[in-house]
Amino acid sequence: MNLTLKIWRQKNATSKGKFVTYKVNDISPNSSFLEMMDILNESLVTRGEDPVAFDHDCREGICGACSMYINGRPHGPDKAITTCQLHMRRFKDGDTIVIEPWRARPFPVLKDLIVDRTAFDKIIQAGGYISVNTGGIPDANAIPIPKVDADLSMDAAACIGCGACVAACKNASAMLFVSAKVSQFALLPQGRVEAAERVNNMVAEMDRLGFGNCTNTGACEAECPKEISISNIARMNREFLVAKLAAPKPRVDSGGGI
Amino acid sequence: MAELNSKIPKGQLAEKWTHYKAHTNLVNPANKRRLEVIVVGTGLAGASAAASLAEMGFKVKNYCYQDSPRRAHSIAAQGGINAAKNYQNDGDSVYRLFYDTIKGGDYRAREANVYRLAEVSNSIIDQCVAQGVPFAREYGGLLDNRSFGGAQVSRTFYARGQTGQQLLLGAYSALSRQVKKGNVEMYARHEMLDVVLVEGRARGIIVRNLVTGAIERHAAHAVVLATGGYGNVFFLSTNAMGSNATAVWKAYKRGAFFGNPSFTQIHPTCIPVHGDFQSKLTLMSESLRNDGRIWVPKLKEDAEKIRHGKLKPTEIAEENRDYYLERRYPAFGNLVPRDVASRAAKERCDAGFGVGETGLAVYLDFSDAINRLGKSVIEARYGNLFQMYEKIVDEDPYKTPMMIYPAVHYTMGGLWVDYELMTSIPGLFAIGEANFSDHGANRLGASALMQGLADGYFVLPYTIQNYLSDQIRVPKFSPDLPEFKRTEAEATERLHKLMNVKGNQTVDSFHKRLGHIMWEYVGMARNEAGLKKAITDIQVLRAEFWKDVKITGELNEINPELEKAGRVADFLELGELMARDALDRNESCGGHFREEYQTPEGEALRDDQNLMYVSAWEFSGENQEPVLNKEPLNYEFVEVKQRNYK
Repeated sequence: MNLTLKIWRQKNATSKGKFVTYKVNDISPNSSFLEMMDILNESLVTRGEDPVAFDHDCREGICGACSMYINGRPHGPDKAITTCQLHMRRFKDGDTIVIEPWRARPFPVLKDLIVDRTAFDKIIQAGGYISVNTGGIPDANAIPIPKVDADLSMDAAACIGCGACVAACKNASAMLFVSAKVSQFALLPQGRVEAAERVNNMVAEMDRLGFGNCTNTGACEAECPKEISISNIARMNREFLVAKLAAPKPRVDSGGGI
Repeated sequence: MAELNSKIPKGQLAEKWTHYKAHTNLVNPANKRRLEVIVVGTGLAGASAAASLAEMGFKVKNYCYQDSPRRAHSIAAQGGINAAKNYQNDGDSVYRLFYDTIKGGDYRAREANVYRLAEVSNSIIDQCVAQGVPFAREYGGLLDNRSFGGAQVSRTFYARGQTGQQLLLGAYSALSRQVKKGNVEMYARHEMLDVVLVEGRARGIIVRNLVTGAIERHAAHAVVLATGGYGNVFFLSTNAMGSNATAVWKAYKRGAFFGNPSFTQIHPTCIPVHGDFQSKLTLMSESLRNDGRIWVPKLKEDAEKIRHGKLKPTEIAEENRDYYLERRYPAFGNLVPRDVASRAAKERCDAGFGVGETGLAVYLDFSDAINRLGKSVIEARYGNLFQMYEKIVDEDPYKTPMMIYPAVHYTMGGLWVDYELMTSIPGLFAIGEANFSDHGANRLGASALMQGLADGYFVLPYTIQNYLSDQIRVPKFSPDLPEFKRTEAEATERLHKLMNVKGNQTVDSFHKRLGHIMWEYVGMARNEAGLKKAITDIQVLRAEFWKDVKITGELNEINPELEKAGRVADFLELGELMARDALDRNESCGGHFREEYQTPEGEALRDDQNLMYVSAWEFSGENQEPVLNKEPLNYEFVEVKQRNYK
C-alpha cells in the first residue's frame, strides 16, 4: 500500500507545532499501524531527518502508552483497540491519514505525538487505592464477594489509563477514567471502607488539574479501547452525592513512614 | 575465581525462612526514616518493593523509563499467578508447589530460594485481594483457579486474561499511596545509565531524564534493581519495545556477577512471525492449553497443501491429525512445561509438518472444547485473547484453529544474587526477572508474577534490613562525591561517543541483525559450532555498530533513537555472554537445549555429575574473556531425577 501521512510535528513543549506531510510506500496490509510508523522513521533516520516521536511500549494493547488521534479519532477507526493493535489492512491504498497527539490542556505535548499524562498518576495518588500495608492480611477467601460484583469491578479495572476518554471528550473530562477506579473499589467490600473519602479526593484532584466536566455525550465510552462503560460515571456521581451527605472527617494518617 | 557465598540458612528446608526472619537484623523506625533506598523499575517487583519499603518507613526513590509507573511490562502478563492455597482441595501444598517449580526448572535452581517462594505465595494472594485486585470468582463468592503447565493441580489465580495488569495496578496503587504521603519520590521517564560504587558499595545511580536529556546523579544507602529481563536481545520477543538490559549490564560491568545468562525461555504459544517489518511478537496465554489441543497434520502432503493455501485445517479428518503432545506425553498432554512444548513444536516443523505460509506454525484447536462446553464458556474464559488473535491474524479462532509458534518470552538468567537477593556488589540488590534465582533452567507458567511479588512484597523488605542495619551510622550521601562525578562523566562520554559515530546504518538494523544471530545460534536448539560462530559474528557486528551507527537528534531532548542505541550497544555485549554461557554448559537442561546432549527420544539430557552449578560470570575488562565462577547446587531435600512428563 502507498499512503500519505499528515503528522503533527512539534520540537518540544514550548515550540509551535505544525503538520508535515510524508509519503510511505509498499506497506504490507498485515503490518500494524505502529510498524508502519517504524518504517517511516527508519526512512527518516536514513535520510538524516528527525524521526517522529511517539509513546509506545507493549504493542499488545495493555500498557496504555500509545496515544494518537488517527483521522480525528483516538486510537483510530476500529472499536475496542489501541493504536498498537490497529492494522494497516483497515486502510486503503492511496489513503491520506492524519495523525495528531492527544489534544487536552491537562495533557501538554512534550514532542510530536508524545504528551504528558502525569495528571492521571496524580489523580490515582489522591485516592485510587485501598489503604492497606503489606502483610498481616486475613485469608483471601475470608470475605466472599458475589461474582457479579467481582465481574463488574473487573470491567472497571480493565482501564489502561491511556487517556483516550479525555482526548475524545469535547470538555476534556477525565470522568470515565476516574469513575472506573472509583467503581472498581466501590463494588468490593475491601474498597467500601474508604469509598466516601476516595471519591471526594479523586474528584477534587481531577478538578484541580483542569479536566472538564461530563455532559453525557458518551464519546469517552465510544472511543475507549477497553470499552469501559459510561455507567461507571453514573455510579461515581451516586458515590459522590452520598459522600457529600456523609461528609467524612479529614484524615490524620499515622500509618507508614512513622 | 571468586568465592560465592549463597548465604543459605542452615536447618530443615521448611524452617529456613522462618529461622532467617526470626534472627535477621532489623532497623528501628527512627533509623528507617534516615535511610534512603533507590529502586529502579516499577513492575511487579519494583513497585511492590518500593511501596513496601516506604510503608515500613524507609525513604524511597523509584525510577522508570515509561511515562508512568503503571506501564511497566508486568502489565502484559495474561494468564495468572500461582499459589499453594489448595482452595480446590486437589492435593496442593507448599511442598508440591516447591517441588513442581524445582522439577520444572530442571534441577538448576536453589532449593532454599524456591521453597521460600512457594511459602510466601499464599500471602501474595491475600495481599492482592486486600488491595482490591478483582480476581475471578465462583458463584459462591470464593476465588476461582485454573491449571498451568507443569502442574497436576489447579493453583493459578487469574483476573480474566489480564492478571498481570491487575496485579501491577494493585502494586501501583500501593506505590501511589506512598508517593502521596511523600515516602516515595517518583521519577518517571528516567533511564538508569550506571550504578555508582563508593568504597566497593552501591551508593547511587546515574540517570538520564528522557524529556530534557539531563544527566542526573542520585544517591542512597542501597540500590535495588527491578529492571526485568533481557529477552529483547533477540529483537523479536514478547517483551515490550523498551524492555532492556542496560541496568543489569552496567551492574555486571561494575562487578556484579551474571548468573546463567544462557537460560532463556522460549514460550510455545505465540502468534507466528509474519514479515520483516514485524516489531514484536504477541503471546497467547498458556492458559489456552487448558482447553486448546495442539496438533499438526499427520501427513506431509496435507501440511504442504495447507502451506500453499490448498487445504484448510478444518478439512483434515480427525485420524489425519497428530496431537503430538498428547501422543508423546500422555500424563501431562497439552500441559507439559513450556520448554518441552516449544521443542516439540520445533521438532514437528523442522520435520516438515508445520503449517502457515512459512511452515513455522502449529495449530491450537478449540473445536473440542467449544463442542463440549459451548462457545459462550470459551468466550468467558478467553474472550480477550481470541479478540487479540483475530485483530492480528485476521482469522476467527472460534471457527478455525489458532496458529502458534514458540517465541522468546522470559529470561531465567539475570544478576547472581544470594539468599538475601543481594548481588556480588554489597548494597546492590536485584529482584524479579532481573535476578537469576528461582526458576532454574525453565520457568513454569504463572510463576513470574509470583516471584516478582514475592521478592518485592515479602522477601526484599526483610533481607535488605540485614544490610541496612549496618548502615544506620552512615550519613546521607552527597551525589557530589568524586565517585559520582566520575561515573557521570563516563556515562556522558559514552552518549557523546554514540552520537559522534555519525555512520550510515540505523539502530534498528543492527538490532535486527543481532536478533537473527541470537535466534539462529543461541535460540531453541544450540550446538558447539553454532555458538562459536555466534560469538565471532556478534564481535564483528559490535565493531561495525561502533563504526557505522547513525543516530539523529540531539542529546538534550526527547530522543528515542539515542535511547535505543544505548540499549542495543549493551545487548551487543550481553548476547556474546549468553553464547559463551551456552557453550560452557555441555548439557541440555530446561530451556537450554544443546543438540549434542539429548536422549534417543529427543529429551534434554543433563549432566548432573559435572554441571550441577549456577554459572556466575565475572566481568574482567572490555573485550576480555569473562571469568566463570561456579556456585554448586546441593540438593539436600529433593531427589534429582530426569524430568518425566510422560
